Amino acid sequence: MTAPTLVDFDDVVDRYDPTLGLEVHVELSTNTKMFCGCPTTFGAEPNTQVCPTCLGLPGSLPVVNRAAVEAAIRIGLALNCSIAPWGRFARKNYFYPDMPKNFQTSQYDEPIAVDGHLDVTLEDGTSVRVEIERAHMEEDTGKSLHVGGATGRIHGAEYSLLDYNRAGVPLIEIVTKMIPGTGARAPEVARAYVTALRDLIRSLGVSDVRMDQGSMRCDVNLSLSPKGSGILGTRSETKNVNSLRSVERAVRYEMSRHAGVLDAGEKVVQETRHFQEDTATTRSGRIKETSEDYRYFPEPDLVPIAPSAEWVEELRGTLPELPWERRARIQQEWQLSDAELRDLVNADALDLVAATVDAGAPSGDARSWWVSYLSQQANTRGVALDALPITPAQLARVIELVTTGELNNKLARQVVDGVLEGEGEPDEVVASRGLAVVSDDGALIAAVDEALAAQPDVAEKIRGGKVAAAGAIVGAVMKATKGQADAKRVRELIIERCGA
Amino acid sequence: MSPESPSSGGAITRDEVAHLARLARLAVTDDELGVFAGQLDVILGAVARVGEVAAEDIPPTSHSVPLENVFRPDELRPSLTQEQALSGAPAAEDGRFRVPQILGEEQ
Repeated sequence: MTAPTLVDFDDVVDRYDPTLGLEVHVELSTNTKMFCGCPTTFGAEPNTQVCPTCLGLPGSLPVVNRAAVEAAIRIGLALNCSIAPWGRFARKNYFYPDMPKNFQTSQYDEPIAVDGHLDVTLEDGTSVRVEIERAHMEEDTGKSLHVGGATGRIHGAEYSLLDYNRAGVPLIEIVTKMIPGTGARAPEVARAYVTALRDLIRSLGVSDVRMDQGSMRCDVNLSLSPKGSGILGTRSETKNVNSLRSVERAVRYEMSRHAGVLDAGEKVVQETRHFQEDTATTRSGRIKETSEDYRYFPEPDLVPIAPSAEWVEELRGTLPELPWERRARIQQEWQLSDAELRDLVNADALDLVAATVDAGAPSGDARSWWVSYLSQQANTRGVALDALPITPAQLARVIELVTTGELNNKLARQVVDGVLEGEGEPDEVVASRGLAVVSDDGALIAAVDEALAAQPDVAEKIRGGKVAAAGAIVGAVMKATKGQADAKRVRELIIERCGA
Repeated sequence: MSPESPSSGGAITRDEVAHLARLARLAVTDDELGVFAGQLDVILGAVARVGEVAAEDIPPTSHSVPLENVFRPDELRPSLTQEQALSGAPAAEDGRFRVPQILGEEQ
């Protein structure tokens, strides 16, 4: 394969208009699969969460999981969609061993939710409305392991090994309408949309939406048209985009690649591409089968789903406070400026700060820890903020120890470091690292007397009533105690000892 | 479902049979292409006669039983053991189903 010609991004947006389309798959966190009672737990021994139904054995019959339908309806409602009063499942037929049935049970032209929208806020506060085409129910596929040939890749593998634990886990696929007119901001809009969708679904409590674990996956559709022409180009569909950052990078790369193809006077091939995390590029996959090739037909083994208006309204009543409502409330409660709120959201820290506040910490302290020190730590480690090995409750305890004077800020950071290093709970780190502020008067008085003796001229000034001079002695004591003294108490003691 | 039935375009061609055979992963000889094209034509012709009596007020039937909303509570049922699951597999390895090569070398 020859490497594609890439056009500089600025040049691309000067001469082409991108059109985005995003398909997001969300694995529901129901107890059981979509059509059978097998568990959905991540990481079990291979083929231990399977039964005749999800293995597609002859004579087995699927039955729809009511909780999955409810989750689908709630997602649809939260996305401002209409809920279809009647709809059927369909068989999507294809030969590929990731589905043992040789078809995937999905919804085809009768999705449960249609025509919604999601308002998305970009980093600078600009709001973009993304129109939702549909949200439909389907089932996840099994996991393949390709053996032999080039490392782990399907091409040239000698054979493949299949684990069907994931086959049949309920999936909701959410498809946007085409998103035109985003220009140079297309990568950012794509990322912001997936972020907003993730936050929304997380608030509904129907999925853990972990891109790193595959419970949320994004396919990026992109096409370019010559600037101002309004002629829609051929799209590529990029799969395997497994982080928010990758969503952005995949759009950027595909824009540059498409422009390279079009500039050369060639046609973009309609195909599936796979995003390569290590190089931030995409690689050609199979040429996409047309929808006709899937020979969709109504699933005869499942009866239609006809949600009554009463049921839908009942489910609407269960919608929690949605992210944008929550943001508005929090902004008011914590008295944040727009910029402060944006920093919090952009740092992906809102939930973490809220949880820390719930655990008893003041919002200002919680905010400052997550947005500055812990964000830096996450950055250094190259992990998402919520993947740092410290819980909001642990941080709240550290903040409490600072408030009560048992720790100062410098020591508190060391305690947090200890927690991040896996040394246990904050109190354990304080004990094992010996980090408590020294406020024991006996130890402090000795250090104060020593410092006064070392700087007799300063001591004289203080005795003469120049209390401000005490700062130098406080500094000396702090130094002598390696920062572990309670500075306020030290100052009090100095004044006492000098009789000032 | 798509309202277009394959028969609406006239006789089934050998190319269409070849395409369907490829989708179904069936090896069909050149002679068979012609035979099946003729046979499929007859079948589709028979099915198409339904269209002659279908009227605007008769919705296409996909399910013969008038049932809707048949659900199962989200409660665990016992799964098979790994050994049971793999017992009918022609080949298995490391607790997984072993299948032949899916795609050849990259083009």
